[in-house]
Amino acid sequence: MSKDVNATRRKFLGQAAALTGLSVAPGVFLVDLAHGKPADEPVSAKNRWGMLIDTNKCAKDCNACVTACQEENGWGSNEVKSRPDQQAQWIRKVNLKHKATGATYSLPMLCQHCETPPCADVCPTGASFRRADGIVLVDKHICIGCRYCMMACPYKARSFIHEALEDQSVNAPRGKGTVESCTLCVHRVDRDGANATPACAEACNEEGHEAFIFGDLNDPDSRLSQTLKKFGSRQIRADLGLNPGIHYKGI
Amino acid sequence: MKSLHHNNKRIATLLVAVLLSFALPAMAETPVPAIPKGKGVKCVEPTDVMRKRHFEFILHQRDATMHEGIRTPQHSLAQCLNCHVPKAEAGQERVRYGSDEHFCSACHNYTAVTIDCFECHNDGPTGQPLELTDAEGRPTLLAQPLDLVDEAVRVATREEEQ
Repeated sequence: MSKDVNATRRKFLGQAAALTGLSVAPGVFLVDLAHGKPADEPVSAKNRWGMLIDTNKCAKDCNACVTACQEENGWGSNEVKSRPDQQAQWIRKVNLKHKATGATYSLPMLCQHCETPPCADVCPTGASFRRADGIVLVDKHICIGCRYCMMACPYKARSFIHEALEDQSVNAPRGKGTVESCTLCVHRVDRDGANATPACAEACNEEGHEAFIFGDLNDPDSRLSQTLKKFGSRQIRADLGLNPGIHYKGI
Repeated sequence: MKSLHHNNKRIATLLVAVLLSFALPAMAETPVPAIPKGKGVKCVEPTDVMRKRHFEFILHQRDATMHEGIRTPQHSLAQCLNCHVPKAEAGQERVRYGSDEHFCSACHNYTAVTIDCFECHNDGPTGQPLELTDAEGRPTLLAQPLDLVDEAVRVATREEEQ
């Protein structure tokens, strides 16, 4: 018997044993494979959540990701007293034109979830922080609303809330005097782990564009990592060396 | 001398009677907060524990959720409100934070302790009340109450390991 056959058989038996161990009865698994970490387990650096946005698939006139984010996180409709330039923008559609070639691009712009986020660097209270799994958040319990992070962010991804709010979404508590930005739908990520789909990506899929791929950059087998490996990507302002978790393709 | 002593005694009795006449009705009428009753048979912790330590539970859960993504429902603020604040009746406005009829405000107004949870958090129910038992009557929550001291040690150990 050749070495290869043995290796294949060993692999198969190993997988079979693993499956038997996990399942008590057909269809009943001890470990719920379809969901993320248990609710009482802290996030860890094992994962680094990120996204790939394919600008070729992003439709110029489509705003579905923005509307879905507004609905999911409860921004965009309840700031009635703020001027338009004061109102929150967690995600926005940007249309670009290449000066030399005239080529046009459309892409969603959101918090890039940097590996070394400048917002967290400048925060005087530690309210801006990067979670172990790479998601950059604002702890509004300790945010004093100084807005240094808004000035430090090269992507203009953050917003400040200027007025008292009520009936906030349970997914994203938000209130006057604090800074906020895209959370990568952290409530979904905590619940579903690698199977999570942020609201923007979900809406894009529903529209049939499928421009977003959410996943774990640390897992070489994830669809995200595989696509990045195969097709390559660009990070916006990669020259700053911030290593954003959001990658773009086609720009 | 004797009559003076007698007089003193009479004055003292009178004084006590006068004081009691003021104090007794006042004691009977001491205002107490009217705390709205929550849904379900019992809270996630015994009532006396909740009265003394609810803020510790919420504060602890706040940091665990925000920084470590721990989203257990037991001490979640949203779950407090799901049981303790009634949904709006049809065509009526829901009870708001600040009103004495709001569960949190009932006591916090009474004790004049300001809380700012609801500057950011929704002050009403946003989901279903927590099921404390499953269909067969087994408890669905963690069996042992959360010990904050143990928890602090656990967090410290974890940080050291990282």
